[in-house]
Amino acid sequence: MMDLARDILAGLFLSAGAFFLIAGAIGMNRMPDLFTRMHAASVGDTLGVSLMLIGMVFLAGFTLVTLKLVFLLAFLLFMGPVASHALAAAALQAGVKPMLAADGTKKSAAKRRKSAAKGRKP
Amino acid sequence: MLRTASLALFLFAFWLLLSGHYTPWLVGAGLVISILLALAGRRLGVADDEGHPIGRLLAGFVYWPWLAREIVKSSLSVTRIILDPKLPISPQLFHTRVSARTAVGVATYANSITLTPGTITVGVDREQGTFLVHALTKASAEDVEAGDMDRRVRRFEGRAA
Repeated sequence: MMDLARDILAGLFLSAGAFFLIAGAIGMNRMPDLFTRMHAASVGDTLGVSLMLIGMVFLAGFTLVTLKLVFLLAFLLFMGPVASHALAAAALQAGVKPMLAADGTKKSAAKRRKSAAKGRKP
Repeated sequence: MLRTASLALFLFAFWLLLSGHYTPWLVGAGLVISILLALAGRRLGVADDEGHPIGRLLAGFVYWPWLAREIVKSSLSVTRIILDPKLPISPQLFHTRVSARTAVGVATYANSITLTPGTITVGVDREQGTFLVHALTKASAEDVEAGDMDRRVRRFEGRAA
């Protein structure tokens, strides 16, 4: 009975994790440029992977394996953002222009006002 | 010296938890290696406040649960955007002020911004005390600029320097 409850709980966590990983993958395909794709991927990286690992912790029961999974989760959460930051910084350095909304930057807003004053379209 | 001892202790605990074999030989070898590594770290200058910020551990137990909640919240909102047929994004690139001053605080804040889906720290300018942040939507950009996370990292960082 306990085993069944545990398996169901673990299953719920695993399927929720799978849902967010898939959502991240769909987002990777739907987003228009590198930076927005990274935002989509980070859903899978954080919530998706965390839920998966929590589900596995329930499956493993309380053993040393549980602890290793917790370590794994901690390392992923500490090192994932470092890699994301490196990728984003490198892309910007290499001249990838992020696609921004019309009011995306203060600079572009100022430029737009200036060109509007001159009576041109931005 | 206290910090080196604590580093050795953490390394030894890590060894014990990962190995799972508790024969005198393996435990003894782990102890010796932990101490040697801690001493090497001290000599290389990585066992300092930056490399082993043990004093921040308790503050971390206050900060991390809050961060976990933020991650869940913003994951849900980004998921909603992804699954929305209209894909309602409004990407932003902006500078935000950082009040953390120590290396540990700045790194924690930058990582926390990147870790929450919907915002990425693209650049760190420690002289100006600003981050360049890319956000998926205007709402997530405003969340960062509201500075709630900044204040919490400041509290996590401790010391009023």
